[in-house]
Amino acid sequence: MSQTDAATMEMHSATGLPNRKVLMWAFIGSECMLFGSLIIVYMVYRGKSLVGPYPADLLNIPFITVTTFVLLMSSLMMVLALSAVQRGDMRWGKVWLFMTAFFGMIFLGGQVYEFTHFVHEGLTLQTNLFGGSFFLLTGTHGAHVTVGVIWLLSLFFMAQRGRLTQANAETVEIAGLYWHFVDVVWIVLFTLIYLLV
Amino acid sequence: MAVTAASPSGSAGHAHEGTYSGGLLSWITTVDHKRIGVMYGVSAFFFFLVGGIEALLIRLQLGSPESTLIDPDLYNQLFTMHGTTMVFLAIMPLSAAFFNFIVPLQIGARDVAFPRLNAFSFWVFFLGALFMNASFLFGGAPDAGWFGYANLTSTQYSPGIRVDFWVIGLLVLGVSSIAAALNFIVTIINLRCEGMTLMRMPLFTWMTLITSFLLVMAFPAITVGLVLLMFDRMFGTLFFNPMAGGDVLLWQHLFWIFGHPEVYILLLPGLGMVSEIIPVFSRKPLFGYAFVVYSGILIAFLGFGVWAHHMFAVGLGPVANTVFSAATMLIAIPTGVKIFNWIATLWGGSLRMRTPLYFSLGFIAMFIIGGLSGVMHASAAADLQQTDTYFIVAHIHYVLFGGVMFALFAGMYYWIPKVTGRMLSDRLGKLHFWIMLISFNLTFFPQHFLGLHGMPRRTFTYESGLGFEAMNLMSTVGSMFLGASMLIFIWNVLHMLRKGPPAGDDPWDGATLEWSMASPPPHYNFRALPVVHSRDPLWAADTTEAVPGDDPSVPEPHMPGPSYFPFVTAVGIVVMAAGGLTTALPVVAVGVALILFGIYGWAFQPLEH
Repeated sequence: MSQTDAATMEMHSATGLPNRKVLMWAFIGSECMLFGSLIIVYMVYRGKSLVGPYPADLLNIPFITVTTFVLLMSSLMMVLALSAVQRGDMRWGKVWLFMTAFFGMIFLGGQVYEFTHFVHEGLTLQTNLFGGSFFLLTGTHGAHVTVGVIWLLSLFFMAQRGRLTQANAETVEIAGLYWHFVDVVWIVLFTLIYLLV
Repeated sequence: MAVTAASPSGSAGHAHEGTYSGGLLSWITTVDHKRIGVMYGVSAFFFFLVGGIEALLIRLQLGSPESTLIDPDLYNQLFTMHGTTMVFLAIMPLSAAFFNFIVPLQIGARDVAFPRLNAFSFWVFFLGALFMNASFLFGGAPDAGWFGYANLTSTQYSPGIRVDFWVIGLLVLGVSSIAAALNFIVTIINLRCEGMTLMRMPLFTWMTLITSFLLVMAFPAITVGLVLLMFDRMFGTLFFNPMAGGDVLLWQHLFWIFGHPEVYILLLPGLGMVSEIIPVFSRKPLFGYAFVVYSGILIAFLGFGVWAHHMFAVGLGPVANTVFSAATMLIAIPTGVKIFNWIATLWGGSLRMRTPLYFSLGFIAMFIIGGLSGVMHASAAADLQQTDTYFIVAHIHYVLFGGVMFALFAGMYYWIPKVTGRMLSDRLGKLHFWIMLISFNLTFFPQHFLGLHGMPRRTFTYESGLGFEAMNLMSTVGSMFLGASMLIFIWNVLHMLRKGPPAGDDPWDGATLEWSMASPPPHYNFRALPVVHSRDPLWAADTTEAVPGDDPSVPEPHMPGPSYFPFVTAVGIVVMAAGGLTTALPVVAVGVALILFGIYGWAFQPLEH
């Protein structure tokens, strides 16, 4: 957020790592505990619902496999975006930034479809423990993807106006750290919620 | 040592009164860690008094049996808000005041790593604290205990918005704590001056770092618990509804996985302060520096593995109880190590019996008593007798008041001269100490016996003839004197602000970098960044070379300009919270809009004006 390591403040870094990158890593540590707690809630309540619909009735593994693949591909594009910005190729940098956000939006669209479908099938927050814990866990992840998409689009529009250049590669790198983390969380959720259904 | 010996006589012309000049707007937009530290300190002390008044009302009610002074409903609100206020609005932000003011000075930095994020943390804390206390005006304060056990907090047993105030208020305060902790992690890891290796860091900075890691790791657990509870109350989910298969113990696990590390979040900064003060007033470096550091790390690490000792009475079974008993007793080892280190530092030192040392010694004695009763109910078998009685109340107050508050007062007497540039009265300070020490013991020592005799906690009264009267009366009388001792402190501070003698740069002949500069420090702290070669740079022989200080030949460094975006963002968060509380979607939308405006303005505002 704030560019405190501006040269004017003569703030050197004792570790050689940029302040913002250390901040993001510490934040990711905290986020691990957040998702860890939510995952524990989901796992504790697995199989504890007293009424249906149950996970096996609803979860559509082939469909989610496709959106999972889309999200993983967006991580690849994030890597390409950072690489392009780092070598000063802003044309491709913009393309890959936009594509990363776009693939994120496809994933979110899939989640919106999935949630709507579940509600039509009779699963809401109030139905049973599965409904509450599933919507809360995947919804929290979806909210993180949404923040990431807004962040990436902000970077894209900054690049459009020429306010994001090779000199700001670190900004893109930090957004990338966040994006990859959110993807890794999804791999865990995909495994625990869908594959272990 | 000789280099700084001249300064106590006072170089008053040196002081930078300009550090605090400017109107209200300058305080709202400031990003200076020192001003933010002062704001944290003043507001936390205010809430300490609020929580204290709540405690005095509780004690008045319990002074005599079957008293009708306070009805059960108000009593529930008072003990809930007393606990919540003291933990989240008094002790944590009081520690944060010291993190803010002292840590950048101790590591030789001009500010924290993210000055605007720092301002944001403060405003979220302050507005969140007002939000929580506003509940008294709107239908009553939270009344389900500071632990908020499910399903006492369900809409069935806690209708109305009291518990919603508590849930949403704590979520808001969590944002502040995590943001501040992240900031201090980066600050301490990255902004140490040249030569300030990790094992040369002052102990207070070390404990701040450990506390910050505890905060970012522990708060997410309570955040999740609070979100589950909020969903149960607002959207009708079934997480804590046993009729639908929900597990009420899940709340206790989530709460105490946060709650026990929280104990060390409250305690470790105090341990750090005492580890600074005892060496300075013994004229000896800290005995076994590395042991004290590693003990702090070990305490933090073990602190995550003992949460179920708050749950011995819920029936987790003999295996779980045994494991958590043993783990809890293990914590006594690194804690005991620290106590021996402090005593060994005092041993053979040339003691200067000034107020900060008085409070540090009081801390050691009271903390040992609190630690011993803690080891007693670490044993699950003993705990079953003691749980939910006044024995536990006595224990936590020996740890949090006898321990933490004595240490925080030691820190205040030690560092306030640096903050204001003026000395507090040593005579009044010692009077404060003796009245506080005696009345504290009068208040809380009898509660051990009350608890062992079976007096339950969180109950608004007791019958006469059970043998509780005399000790309750002692406790109530003690608490009034305890309250009065705070008036001495406040008088001391007010008197100092008007007439206190100038402190000079280094009134205590301190060892660490904050004593190398004017009091109060200039807004940029260091003109040229210092270089250190030892753990006690001001005590080392090469002081003049090591700490360039306020050399007028070096140009004043540029500092980050003020910004109102952190304040706007914080206001947005509290507006959103208020909207959520009343389920008024337009208000939530206004809050979100303010947050977005604040964050984008913040991100695109250049740091320097």
